[in-house]
Amino acid sequence: MLGRHAKIIRLIEIAGEVSGRKKLQKMVYIGKHLNLDFDERYEFHMYGPYSEELTLRVDELCNMGLLDEQMESKGAIHMYRYTLNDSGHEFLRFHEVDFGLGERVIKRMNEENSRFLELVSTILYFHHLPYEEMKAKIFTFKSKQRYTEEEIAKGQDFVEELKALMNKDAGTPLM
Amino acid sequence: MLKPLLLEEEKVFKDPVHRYVHVRDQYIWDLINSAEFQRLRRIKQLGTSFFTFHGGEHSRFNHSLGVYELMRRILDTFEGRIHLTYEEKLLCLCAALLHDVGHGPFSHSFEKVFRYHHEDWTRAILLGDTQINRILRRIDEDFPKKLAEVIAKTYDNKLIVSLISSQLDADRMDYLLRDAYYTGVNYGNFEIERILRVMRPQEDGIVFKFSGMHAVEDYIMSRYQMYWQVYFHPVTRSGEVVLRKIFQRAKVLFEQGYAFHQEPLMLLPFLQDKVELADYLALDESVILFYMQMWRKEKDPILKDLCARFLDRNLYKYVEFNSRDFHLLPELKELFEKAGIDPAYYLEVDTTSDLPYDFYRAGDEEERIPIMLQMPSGDLVELSTKSEIVQAISGKRRFDYKLYFPMDKVMALPGDLSQKIRERLGVMENVGASRQDYSPD
Repeated sequence: MLGRHAKIIRLIEIAGEVSGRKKLQKMVYIGKHLNLDFDERYEFHMYGPYSEELTLRVDELCNMGLLDEQMESKGAIHMYRYTLNDSGHEFLRFHEVDFGLGERVIKRMNEENSRFLELVSTILYFHHLPYEEMKAKIFTFKSKQRYTEEEIAKGQDFVEELKALMNKDAGTPLM
Repeated sequence: MLKPLLLEEEKVFKDPVHRYVHVRDQYIWDLINSAEFQRLRRIKQLGTSFFTFHGGEHSRFNHSLGVYELMRRILDTFEGRIHLTYEEKLLCLCAALLHDVGHGPFSHSFEKVFRYHHEDWTRAILLGDTQINRILRRIDEDFPKKLAEVIAKTYDNKLIVSLISSQLDADRMDYLLRDAYYTGVNYGNFEIERILRVMRPQEDGIVFKFSGMHAVEDYIMSRYQMYWQVYFHPVTRSGEVVLRKIFQRAKVLFEQGYAFHQEPLMLLPFLQDKVELADYLALDESVILFYMQMWRKEKDPILKDLCARFLDRNLYKYVEFNSRDFHLLPELKELFEKAGIDPAYYLEVDTTSDLPYDFYRAGDEEERIPIMLQMPSGDLVELSTKSEIVQAISGKRRFDYKLYFPMDKVMALPGDLSQKIRERLGVMENVGASRQDYSPD
């Protein structure tokens, strides 16, 4: 019961704070690709893979008083910050969520900004395509973001880095 | 350049929502007659809603034909406004017809337990060894791939994608009208002819003439009402909960090596997590209902009880769940365990995010492309900035949490334990989705 909610809360507990709805969307999507046990369904939207279910679930978690959502406005841009409150921590006492080595992946993803994670999640969305086709998709759908080939290469390296973190032998776990 | 391949004579299907569905293209006719498309006749559009609205037994076949017909009419209204090649028009029509072809039986619950997405099966059907794939390749060798991209919203032409997937698209317009018609509710209706008349194609998608705003408002209101009154009806949700628990129990029993009296041969690939396309296509709701009939005679008391509940509509009852009172859940679980009622199958919180439908929102951090109105000046503005009605319902979050449980089992417990559980649930009398309660209210 409410196990799917608990997984999102646990992600935010591990991350400490997640800045931006888009960032949270991409973290869960990338996590799913690395076999972290999230349930949300994704579809391709304007900013890459997007889950309506996740949006609703996060709204519910705020409504349930388990997550704190703070909106910051910078001009016309609104940014939402998510943190866990005491009730959220207490909620997790009743739900066992173990991401295992995935915790390292969550922490590492949270160090990046949403623009980069948007690129990474789009790379993963088109991972079944040959490189040239994948690149063409990114340039077409992400023309406003003006990603470069170097950034795509960096995104691909990042995926490999995350995969390595999921590997038991990949050094000391992050604190 | 692809040449139109037309039937000698137009074919029509009688349709209660659009009056007629017209087919001129040979390819469309062949797709409708394919085995994979005909399978949709055996999959209900509304899952367990028939428990609440007994008319809601229509299939994904009817809906898919309806979306196709709307798309055909939309393309007619675009004549002279934008140039689309025959191949592009076919892409739109095929996407409309086949967008749901990957749905399985009771797919919402089934997908949750067996953890797959029907969209992946849609893609597999379009690209795999199927009759549909062979028909599509007759159009062009690349056509199946392009079509899969349109349905997955990753096709380069945004206008074509938006006709089948946006906040006011052929899919939503058909299912709202159709679901309202078959369930018998009045509030799902809106003026489709007017919406089609004020729809304008643009490079990035469709917009609506400001003069037609009231028709769009009507559509948004009907979507809102259908969401809360039909799709999220608590009795329907109770049916979904029982269904999910049946699949969950079958899976657990299989993993424990339980010897089924009736081996679920057609479900084995799902239980073993080794599903091939042919296995998936062989499954429909009649197969699932057959296994339920068999399983209600199984030795396992939980599986047989759950199947009997579903088949006989003896669903769980519900109480409102105060989401801030989550401490209640472990207490209730303990009490249920003490009473010998396994809470893994007989206690469930259901929330709005468990539903595959959404309601209109103007767009958060620009993830959702909003409905745009074209003003007389040519400027585009977002719908809720002009419509007070839409503004009133689109910006508000509304939540609904319900706790489902079998009241009959609780009532059958010894007095003290039954009273304790009912006290914690806040119910001293029968409530919610009972066998006798056939009213949708």
